[in-house]
Amino acid sequence: MAIKKFAVAAYDDEEVLFPAVKKVRNSGYKLHDVYTPFPVHGLDGALGLKETDLHVAGFIYGLCGTSTALGFMSWIFLSDWPINFGGKPHFSLPAFIPVTFELTVLFAAVGMVLTFCYLNQIMPGVKKHVFHPRQSDDLFIIVIELNDHVAETEVLDFMKSTGAIETNVQTAESEWWYGRWDQKEAYELS
Amino acid sequence: MNERFQIPAKLRNLSMFLIAIGIISLIAGVIVLLGSDNPNHTLQHADKTRFWAVLLQNSVFFAMICTVSVFIQAATTLAQGGWIVAYRRVPEAIGANVWIFALIAATVLLCIVFVFDIDGHNTIYHWVHPEGDKILMGKRAFLNPTMFACMTIATLGLWSFFGRKFRAISLSQETAPKNSTKIYWNSMKWAGGFLVVYALTQMSTTPWLWIMSVQAHWYSTMFSWYTFASAFVSGMSLILLFVIYLKNQGNLELVTKEHMHDLGKFMFAFSIFWTYVWFAQYMLIWYGNMPEETIYFKLRQQGPYSILFYAIFIINFIMPILILMARPSKRNYFTVTFMAMLIIFGHWLDFYNMIMPEPLGANWHLNWYEMGIFAGFIGILIISVATTLSKASLVTTNNVLLKEAVIHQS
Repeated sequence: MAIKKFAVAAYDDEEVLFPAVKKVRNSGYKLHDVYTPFPVHGLDGALGLKETDLHVAGFIYGLCGTSTALGFMSWIFLSDWPINFGGKPHFSLPAFIPVTFELTVLFAAVGMVLTFCYLNQIMPGVKKHVFHPRQSDDLFIIVIELNDHVAETEVLDFMKSTGAIETNVQTAESEWWYGRWDQKEAYELS
Repeated sequence: MNERFQIPAKLRNLSMFLIAIGIISLIAGVIVLLGSDNPNHTLQHADKTRFWAVLLQNSVFFAMICTVSVFIQAATTLAQGGWIVAYRRVPEAIGANVWIFALIAATVLLCIVFVFDIDGHNTIYHWVHPEGDKILMGKRAFLNPTMFACMTIATLGLWSFFGRKFRAISLSQETAPKNSTKIYWNSMKWAGGFLVVYALTQMSTTPWLWIMSVQAHWYSTMFSWYTFASAFVSGMSLILLFVIYLKNQGNLELVTKEHMHDLGKFMFAFSIFWTYVWFAQYMLIWYGNMPEETIYFKLRQQGPYSILFYAIFIINFIMPILILMARPSKRNYFTVTFMAMLIIFGHWLDFYNMIMPEPLGANWHLNWYEMGIFAGFIGILIISVATTLSKASLVTTNNVLLKEAVIHQS
């Protein structure tokens, strides 16, 4: 929870975006994030983003699903409410497998979606600052975090030199928060 | 760029050694097993049956896993998959050698149906003599020697033809004008044709005739899919082994870890697909609990084959899912090589377990003869594919999808 100052630059071409990202990374300014209207191939590599451990989380969620399903069904059919199904043994592993499989997939899928949302700081009802209204429409937005050691004008000039068609400075809450859009200004001023 | 592959003396010697083992095993098999004079008639019959059944298992297995290379070419051609182009010569070379295994398989299969005979009984294909058996008489319209021979020859002939055709098309692209897509569109028609052939043979009728009819009273509608899954995952592992070998020789510089990763994904995903089909067949039979169906698993799961049954499940499902799941392991040459060899062996065992229980009963062996014949087939596979690979440039320079293959990211 921190309100910070950002320099925002808009680009209208993917071909300009890639060299610009490279220049920003080489310049030493703190790159906050890049917003694009569609997934741009190779951009995560250009940004130097590391592979997340989302799949490891997915594996653990899957294991939770497997053990939940097997444990729950075993408990029901062995101890809580044993029923004789056509003379089959109470612990009938083949009959448990489809449910186990489904629950494994369900736990892994739902768990990974929630983890993905957490990692990206998105969730229903949660707000995030939008740096440029056209960042999900037709412009590519590069956001640089400013601090006391860099001059605003210097950064804006630098971004213009990389081919930005529009630049500005914004003060915003970069993290996610709960609240209403109509109270955003009040929140930011507090 | 190192475009040409020269067969190293080491590989040639290895394959010749394996072929020699195979031939010695075959000769020893003829003397010891086929000429068995065991006073115990059950054991004597088991020996004679074992001789043919092992040949049946190996020839069918190798013919099927080589045809998978033809299938993957046809599928990627139709789907316009560019990534395979980086190492396309490998499936082409395997596909172009289907005819060798087809020839062996045809010889073995026809010998079993027409020559193999123990006191008027055919202990592998009972349906050859259906007289007095009501169920086999009912299946006679489909399960009869004439039908078997025609289908076998047609199937193997078509597989061999398409395998050679795809390589010929791909080679003719090299001499075509630059960026000409005429051959590319032409290959699509052939690919579509092959998929129809493949669907009507490998994915439906062929496993019924060759393998399922060993237990002629029993049937399963999942069986062909199950056999296909088994063959497909081993076929992809085979392609991967050749690609890694060529890379270690300094060839196939265009193949990167991205391509290896995708081949690894195929091994991983189709191991799970195999398990899915395996379980779908198993669970319905277990649930229905009808004696004429459960007899198949009675022999395998609770009978003398239970050790193979569980070993196959561990090798073909538990190990691939745990070892190949992580991304780094699919990008590691050692892990994928090890897993590819393990998967091929696991599915070879699976074919063994599909064929042996009914003819041999408790008298099964996994011994010098089985391993010797297996080694012989591997030797033939290595030397024939290596010879074909060395005949043309390994880089499909003129392929219209080459750029796509080079920049491929998994």
